[in-house]
Amino acid sequence: MKEGRGENLQILCSRKLNPKPIYTTGQVLHEGGTVPLAVCAGWCGSVLSQLDLNGIFSLTASGGKRSYIDSLSFISSPISAAVCELSETYFKERYGSGGFRKRKHDNFPHGQRREEKENVNPPSALMTSFKSFQLELDTRHDKYERLVKLSRDITIESKRTIFLLHRFISAPNGEEILNESEVKLDAVRRKIKQVAQELIGEDMYQFHRAVSPGLQEYVEAVSFQYFIKTRSLISVEEINKQLIFTAEDREETTNMTSNSHDKQPHTWSLRVTPVDYLLGVADLTGELMRLCISSVGNGDIDTPFELSQFLRQIYDGFTFIGNTGPYEVSKKLYTLKQSLAKVENACYTLKVRGSEIPKHMLADVFSTKTELIDQEEGLP
Amino acid sequence: GRDGASADGALCPQEIRKVVQALEQTAREILTLLQGVHQGPGFQHISKKCQKAREHFGTVRTQMESLKTKFPADQYYRFHEHWRFVLQRLVFLAAFVVYLESETLVTREAVAEILGIEADRERGFHLDIEDYLSGVLTLASELARLAVNSVTAGDYSRPLRISAFINELDSGFRLLNLKNDSLRKRYDGLKYDVKKIEEVVYDLSIRGLNKEATVGAGGEK
Repeated sequence: MKEGRGENLQILCSRKLNPKPIYTTGQVLHEGGTVPLAVCAGWCGSVLSQLDLNGIFSLTASGGKRSYIDSLSFISSPISAAVCELSETYFKERYGSGGFRKRKHDNFPHGQRREEKENVNPPSALMTSFKSFQLELDTRHDKYERLVKLSRDITIESKRTIFLLHRFISAPNGEEILNESEVKLDAVRRKIKQVAQELIGEDMYQFHRAVSPGLQEYVEAVSFQYFIKTRSLISVEEINKQLIFTAEDREETTNMTSNSHDKQPHTWSLRVTPVDYLLGVADLTGELMRLCISSVGNGDIDTPFELSQFLRQIYDGFTFIGNTGPYEVSKKLYTLKQSLAKVENACYTLKVRGSEIPKHMLADVFSTKTELIDQEEGLP
Repeated sequence: GRDGASADGALCPQEIRKVVQALEQTAREILTLLQGVHQGPGFQHISKKCQKAREHFGTVRTQMESLKTKFPADQYYRFHEHWRFVLQRLVFLAAFVVYLESETLVTREAVAEILGIEADRERGFHLDIEDYLSGVLTLASELARLAVNSVTAGDYSRPLRISAFINELDSGFRLLNLKNDSLRKRYDGLKYDVKKIEEVVYDLSIRGLNKEATVGAGGEK
């Protein structure tokens, strides 16, 4: 009983305004014939003031009872509440009762308290300005949501890149993996380009919360790759240099907000904020700790020492900032310290026992340790 | 000195905080002044109080000028949290003054002008729309209180006008699709203000106290 049955319902209403309470009578015109309807008290008055006085309110509903009600929900709730009330009897007649009332109250919890406002005429100055506020807020929220989505995509792809790079140490085909990671990071940068395009003409900090997690993860991935290649720490300038985009395809820019100027330069860039950089680097240390443990597992004795030195330098840098930095940074400092301790302990164990344990058994010594660490770590 | 334009306050939140504190002080003074309207004799002196409040807004404008120099113009949202609260408070105060004077809702442009800032982000230090709306919601609860007190003071027509105003405001807010954020939480409180005012109007009408008031409210939109 659902498909394609369009019904045109017209609800004819009249009202008596004085004295209160207001009574409204209504009837539904259905396919030429009329169906008499319930009298609804009180709050219908305010509804009718939004319709034309004694006006005809018509809507087309397709499908059965259920979708008829759904189709009402796009109308503001007092109207639909009233219409539901008016049409309740009608549907009882037509489809039998049951379930209807309950659903109505679920949908229109505010229906009852609209009695007082008779003098709301839609085109008042206040309503007009609120309509423009609606537009402005919706635009802003939409942009925010788009950025959140992009940020999540950036996070996911960056995480995958990191997992890929962890395979680098255990696999002999190093070049291949580095190339692959480069391809992946390029894909991430394309997403960041979209972020940059969304932010043209905007205040970056207004939407910073939406994009920050993604950018941090990107910093982590890109600095991890950089470390593997060069054994040093990438600078924030270096990262930002890679985030200057030129216009090859402008398909995204068409739906920019109106306040972006026409004479945009054909390059646009996104700057990773210092805080995002710091947080990303703090996350990097976690990855380096994993790298250290797994390289021991592979019988690589040199890397752990190199790493412990590198991590110590980063740690020193962070302690230099201390708690003058933002709150999130000082929070990461604790995890950073733990990572460093793990690496230092690994180095210690290697130094003390490395000479005693035959090389092929080193892996066993650390494999138990690795599990332990992984358990503690959870998902960073 | 807080009024001197520091050469480079770019990354100096302390400077921002100082100016914001001064703004908060002025806002408190204006609030204290306007609170007088809730007291019996205050109802006769509303326009005088508004006038005085408007003078205080001159101080606000000077302080805002000073605030603008404390950070780079394009990093408004980086430091937004610092002045958000006080700005919302000031919006409320400006809206309250305008309501008392003309019984209309102040527009965003008008508030910006009263506070000496811009309504549009493009043009500099501006009034964020959410802050404006938040301030307006504060006005609603203040008016709910005013409705009660004006009855006590024997003014039976004002609650009816307030009721009409709040109801229109409520319809306005229902046009907005709010996210689950602080503004949404503030908006959720509006229904209690609406309810409170409806109760006042109800009390008046069942006692027939709105009779001459209805005549007065008839002219009101």
